[in-house]
Order: sequence, then structure tokens, then C-alpha cells
Amino acid sequence: MSDAPAPSGAIGAYVPLLDGPEKVTGAAKYTADFLAPDALCGRILRSPSSHAEIVKLDVAAARRLPGVKAVVTGADCATPFGVLPIAMNEFPLARERVRYRGEPLAAVAALDEATAVRALGLIELELKALPAYYTADEARAPEATDLHAERPGNIERDVVYELGQVERGFAKAALVREASYRCAEVYQVQTETHAALADYDALRDRLAVHCTTQVPFYVHLMLARCLAMDKARIRVIKPHIGGGFGARTETLNVELICALLARAAGGKVRLVTSREETFITHRGRPEQAVTLKIGMAKDGRVLAVDCETVQRGGAYSGYGIVTILYAGSLLNAIYAIDNVRYHGTRVLTNTPPCGAMRGHGTVNVRFAFEALLDTMAAELGLDPFAVRRANLLRAPTRTANDLLVNSYGLPECLDRVEQASGWQARKRKLGQGRGLGMACSHYVSGASKPVHWTGEPHATVNLKLDFDGSIVLLTGAPEIGQGSSTVLAQIAAEVLGVALARIRVVAGDSELTPKDNGAYSSRVTVMVGNATVAAAENLKRRLAAAAARALDCAPEDIEIEGETFRASSQDQGLDFDEVVTAALKEAGTITVSGNYSTPPEAQGGKAYRGATVGSTVAFSYAAQVVEVSVDEETGQVTVEKVWVAHDCGKALNRLAVEGQVQGSVWMGMGQALSEETGYFQGLPLAANMLDYRVPTIAESPPIEVQIVESNDPLGPFGAKEAGEGSLAGFLPALANAVVDAIGLRVTELPLTPDRVLRALDRQRRAREREAARAARQKT
Amino acid sequence: MSKLLTLTLNGRERVDAVADNVLLLDYLREVVGLTGTKTCCDGGECGACTVLADDEPVLACLCLANACAGRRIETVEALGESGRLAPIQQGFHEKLGAQCGFCTPGLIMAAEGLLRRNPRPNEDEIRAALSSNICRCTGYVKIIEAVQWAAGLGAAEKPS
Repeated sequence: MSDAPAPSGAIGAYVPLLDGPEKVTGAAKYTADFLAPDALCGRILRSPSSHAEIVKLDVAAARRLPGVKAVVTGADCATPFGVLPIAMNEFPLARERVRYRGEPLAAVAALDEATAVRALGLIELELKALPAYYTADEARAPEATDLHAERPGNIERDVVYELGQVERGFAKAALVREASYRCAEVYQVQTETHAALADYDALRDRLAVHCTTQVPFYVHLMLARCLAMDKARIRVIKPHIGGGFGARTETLNVELICALLARAAGGKVRLVTSREETFITHRGRPEQAVTLKIGMAKDGRVLAVDCETVQRGGAYSGYGIVTILYAGSLLNAIYAIDNVRYHGTRVLTNTPPCGAMRGHGTVNVRFAFEALLDTMAAELGLDPFAVRRANLLRAPTRTANDLLVNSYGLPECLDRVEQASGWQARKRKLGQGRGLGMACSHYVSGASKPVHWTGEPHATVNLKLDFDGSIVLLTGAPEIGQGSSTVLAQIAAEVLGVALARIRVVAGDSELTPKDNGAYSSRVTVMVGNATVAAAENLKRRLAAAAARALDCAPEDIEIEGETFRASSQDQGLDFDEVVTAALKEAGTITVSGNYSTPPEAQGGKAYRGATVGSTVAFSYAAQVVEVSVDEETGQVTVEKVWVAHDCGKALNRLAVEGQVQGSVWMGMGQALSEETGYFQGLPLAANMLDYRVPTIAESPPIEVQIVESNDPLGPFGAKEAGEGSLAGFLPALANAVVDAIGLRVTELPLTPDRVLRALDRQRRAREREAARAARQKT
Repeated sequence: MSKLLTLTLNGRERVDAVADNVLLLDYLREVVGLTGTKTCCDGGECGACTVLADDEPVLACLCLANACAGRRIETVEALGESGRLAPIQQGFHEKLGAQCGFCTPGLIMAAEGLLRRNPRPNEDEIRAALSSNICRCTGYVKIIEAVQWAAGLGAAEKPS
């Protein structure tokens, strides 16, 4: 297939994003681009302490400063917010206690930035230090002070369960191995810093908020909750968004503080946070320790798995319970494993709160699993591909934890990357310092149960058809750069048989668009895509009925060819304008809806508390081969090339799928090689884009994408997710490639030169000890 | 202290009263209202604010507006003519060099600067010229293709 951009919007073509022209001309407006000369400037005062009681917070002098229009503190909002209804324990501005360094304490709105900054300096603050915990082990030590009264021992959630018969599995195994792995905390570093523009209309008691979010609906709910306002008086607008990757899949204090300031000032407030503040707001992937034990048969079949993991969650609950449940749940649904024991512990610590970063919950556990799989395969003399092939699922099936797997393209993914990388000819033959490694991964296509469960459909799309023949697709689904609006337009055009140019998309404005849960858990293509199919079919039926009336025939006799409607193949028929006129004659402007709900069989089981986490309509699958070179003098690991195959069910837009898969693999590379946050007594050590090492174009490899299409029966046109599933596989594939290159297994990420050198040093000393012992035994 | 700043911005001569401590970035965004140029890091780390000064890429966040007196400044809004995208813009659009689009204006201006001094760059030259621009979406693969497309190079050659 030519990779030239297709002019049509046909399903399966290379379709440039519909909002691309705005992005390449600078016309696209992001939150901070709404300049509003009448807006006040908002600024936040942040805690200098990691854990303390607030003894005094006096804002009187700040309030008196000329030019200051509002000052708000924890006293202005006594209602906590959060993700899960059972775990809302964060306030927009701290009340009574601060629990991490940089937590917002107060905020001001002033006529200009200089005045706002001066006002912050006039706030009198007195804190009484409490013991602070920067690691999960410190926080869960018996004598530790509780961060939250309702979370004794600083345990957010302890998850323990066993599926099948684990000990019997180990007893039958030819080889049992246990190893420990550690992954540093990482952050999304979406390029746009957090920002909000809140406009409070005091005369009508109405609030409009533009903000940088992936979940405008959840922001809407939390604004109503924290401001104690009627939801109907609030409007949330999602403009262009400069990336998310999970940093914005929950309401953040930024938009809540901005709204509190706007209401207090009785006007408009613009709050644009700095890069450092955006880092501190965090919601990245937690630091995590994984101890994994696998029992394997001689032929490579995994007979039992025992996984124990601890996550450092940060100071508030956020997505914590979901993250620790995902880490266990997605041990399943990639390979056929009947016996799994899981013990996951999510711990509250005095560091910024973690969140739902891309590949939510699965990434660090997948690193451990695929690394240990390789280690054990080597001991049994099995090829890494062979050991994966020995454990393949047979779809359709249900997993040990009752997850539904209807389509399973992993076997083809394995074949494709094995061939593309020349694995069999090149593995172990690249010479010292150069190597190949591989691994697999998977991900959900939308969480079957939304965190805010109301019983409504999972997605609703409206299509509006008017006199001009234009079709406007109205959706709350947030376009955040992943291309969702383009894909939804393609789906509508395909079902209706009209030109892509006829469809316009309006996304993410609560005043215009139907509610949508948001852009997270890779849910949009499947859920909102299916709702779009339903809406477009409804509209098509209306048009066919109108054409039948105009042509005096039965609706089922109408033949539709492109934009022409005929009663039989002989007649001239009606063109699109004529059909629209006929349809509008009956009903005026037409708006139809389409809904989608995940079927009950895809909503997971009741095997243990929280077992619905991980349930989805369809899983994506990916396999990848990574080629590295390692400099043993400097410890520098360089990625030379990546071959990845991703089973996205059906590529609705091949260009977007390739872009998503490349971005996922590359983000995995950042975590694997160079990215980590790091704190010194709670002070972030890398809250900027120099010290936090996002890979640049100079060290980023070619990433060759193979698209595998397993055509899932429940996906729109067979589609599944494409934007997360191939991230997790990179980490272990890289670690496995380093083993191939220099015979060194590194179990701690990121694989920075210092870690590699330390591991090489340990390996050298272990070999020397071994040699000395052997020599002693000889004599 | 404000000074009268005279410069050529996107082909037009302008005169503005600008305080001495105003960055070129804030002048462009907040004074002139050209918001295509983005603020992304806390200074000099990411390249999102790259503009051209006399055809050379500069970081607008590390440059005082008043230091640009008499210079010819171009932002992403200046590229393209008569409703048509410039080749580098077309390349980023067609090849999906832009996903979220936030780093895109800076990358486009850095690439435009490269193509003006070197119309047929090889891949290493493209990597070197864009190595101070951070993109978090693409993994850079399609950005390289976008620049090659604009330069009419290689497998990514512009269709005639």
C-alpha cells in the first residue's frame, strides 16, 4: 500500500487529522491562548513543607494590597474531590494539613501578574512539621503517623487474591524462579502546562470554565461539588489540548482553584501554571517494586504466577485503588494462565499524588513478567518467541479472572516482528555490545465500568442535519491530539456513505455536546465509535424513509449509492440535497442520537473485590523487538531500532494508528532509559524539562510499525485500541536486549548509565568471587 | 522602563511601547496577540517557542523583546500564503508530524530555519536541527518524515 495520504476519509485509509491545518498554522487555540484582556491573573501559594499542620494562614495583608481582587484558602471549600466516590480526600486548597511539598495553600487573583506575586508574599504562614514519609516502606512502618485518619497504616488499598491453585502449579513446574524488580516514578510531561480560564457571571450565578483536561465531564461534576453549584449553571469547555497521557484523566486542583477565584472575584480569572507547578501537580506512574515468582513447565508453559507489588501512591487517593487493581488484573488476558496469586499494596506517602499514566497499572508489572519469562526461557534453552508461543490464549475465551477475550492477534504480532527484525538469523549474533530483545504487552479498549457509575449509556453521540446538507457530529469525547474527532467523523461518513468533508465535529463543550466520560483507558474509539455507528445508522434510516416518501416506494427498496438515493437502480434518484429537503419537510432540522453500552459479558466478574477493573470490550495486543547497543565503558544504552506489531482490531485510520503506536513505544523508551522524577525530602529533583530526561530526536530510534487486524466482533468495524497497548512491552524488550548485548540483567529502571555501570560492577565482583571460590575448591 | 520597539513582524513593520523586562515570547503572545508561539517550559528547555529572527531559529523565551529592535521576526502564523500551507506545514499535516500540536509551531519554525539554510538536509542534519525541540506525542519518527516531505526527499517524497 502506498503511504501517500488518501484524499478520502475511507475507513482503513491514511487520513491526516481534520484539525491538522489549525495545528500547523498556529490557529489552534489552547487554554492559555484565550487572552481575555479583562481577566484577572491567578497565582497559587504552595506548601514549603512535605507534611505539616497549618497553624496559621493569614491572608488579610494580601487582601488589602491594591489590585488584589480575591484571595481564597482552604476555608473557601470544605468539600473534598477525587476520582472514586469512596476515595475523595483531596481539597482544592489544603485544609488543616499539607501532605506534600508544593500542595496549594492559598490563591490570589489580581489585576496583573506582578501584583499577584506580591500578594502571595504577604500571606503569613505558620506550619507545625509532622513526620514525613518519602518511600512506601517508611510510610507503612508500624510507628508511622497516618496521613489520613480514614486510611490506617497509610494503606490506600491492600489487594489479595488467588485464582486457580497456585501451589499445585508450582509443584508441577520444572522450573520455579523468583526475582525482584523496581521501576522509578515517571511523569507524563505533556507539553502544555496546566491552565484554566474561569468566567463567573455574578448576575446570573453562572460559571464557564475552559481548562486543560481529558475529562471535561468529571471536571463538571467536581466543579459543581466543590463550589456547591447546580450543575446546570456550569459550562465546561475543552479547547485544543496539548497532550494528556493520563495526567488529566481526573479533575485537578488547577481548574477548581481558578473557579473558586473567579467566583470570589465575581469575574474572569486566568490561571496558567508553570512547568514546575505542572510537574508538582503530577498524577504520573508510581514508583513500584515488583516481586514475581513464576513456575514453568519444560516446554515453557507458565503453570503458576505469584506477584507481590507495592506502589508509592503519593499524598492523596486519586486513581490509587484502580491502579493497584489493574496491576493484578492485567497479569491475565495476555497469556493462558490458570493459577495466579496477587498481592498488591498501594501506599500513601508525602509525595505528589500519582495517577493514571498511559498503560495505567500494567506497565511495571509487565516489565517484571516479560523479563522473568526471558530469564527462565534461557535456563530451559527456549527461544523468547517460543516461550511466548507456548502460552498463547485461544480466543474467544474468558480468563481466570473472568475477562472476555474475543479477538487475539498476538500470534500474528509475534510472527510479524520475528520476521521483520530478522530475529532467527540475528539473535545472539550481533557481537559483544549489541543485542536484540523482545516482549509482548496488551491493554484494554475502554474500562467497561466507568469510575462514576450512573447506569447511563457509556457513550452518546448526536448528529445534526440541517438545510445546508451539513452534518455536525456532536460529542463530548475530548480530542486531545490522539485523533478521536477525525476517527469519529470517518465512522459517520462511512456508515452514511457521504464525503468526509460533509461531516464537522464539535467536541467537548457541555453547552453543546452530549456528555462523555472522557479520553482515558483508550475508550473513545470503541465506545464513542460504536455510539457514532448507531447515530449514523439512525440518520441513514431517517434519510431512507424520506427518500422513500419522495420517490413513492418502500424504505427497504431504497438503494443508496454514495450520496444518491434511488427507488430502483433504473431511476435517476435524489441527490443528497434533495433527500435532505425531503427529510426536513417532515420534521425540520434533524438531530439523532446514538448510544453505546458495554455488553454485560464484557463487564468482568466477581472473583474478588474490584474484579471489574480490567474488564473491557476488547484487548489490544502488541509484540516488539528492540535492537540496542551498549557501551560498557560509559554504561550508555542506545536504542538502534524498534520493530513493533500492534493488533488494533481494525485500523480505522492507518496514519493515526502508526502515530499512536510509535508514540507509545517511544514513551516506554523514555521510562526504560532516562526518565525518573526523584525527590530530596519531598522536594522534586527534576521538575523541569532538562533534569527530567525526555528523549530528544537525537536519541530516538526508527520505529517500524506493523498493523495487525484481528477484527473484534464488538469493535466499530472491528476496531480496538491503538494508543496504549504497545507501551509496556518496550521496557522488558529493552532489558532483554541488554542481556543479549552484554549478558547483564538489570532489574531496576530507568537503565541510566550509572545504573548500568553499577550492575556491571556487581556482576564483575560476583564473577570474581565465584572464580576465587572455584580456585579454593580446586586446591 | 518602556521603550519604543520597532521591528518587522511577519512582514509588517510594528512600533510598540514595550517594557525592558518583557520577553519576546510574552511580547508576541500577550502584546501582539499571536498565540501560535507556545510557552511550554520554564525557560530554554523545550523549543516550543522557537521563532525565526532574520531567518535563524531563536528561543523567544530566552530573548528580550527590546533586543529584537530592527530585526525581522517570523512566527508560525507567517508561513503559508493566500490560504495555502507552506511546504513544511503541509508536511507536518500530511505525515502526522503533529498530534496534540502544542510543540508543532516551534518544531515547524526550527525546521523552516533548517530548510532555508539547507534545502536538502539528510536525516542526521534534520535530527541535529530539531534536537532542542521536545515533542511528547510522536516519538519523532513522523516529524522526520514531515521535514523530508517538505524538502521533497526520499521515500517521503512529495506527490506531484
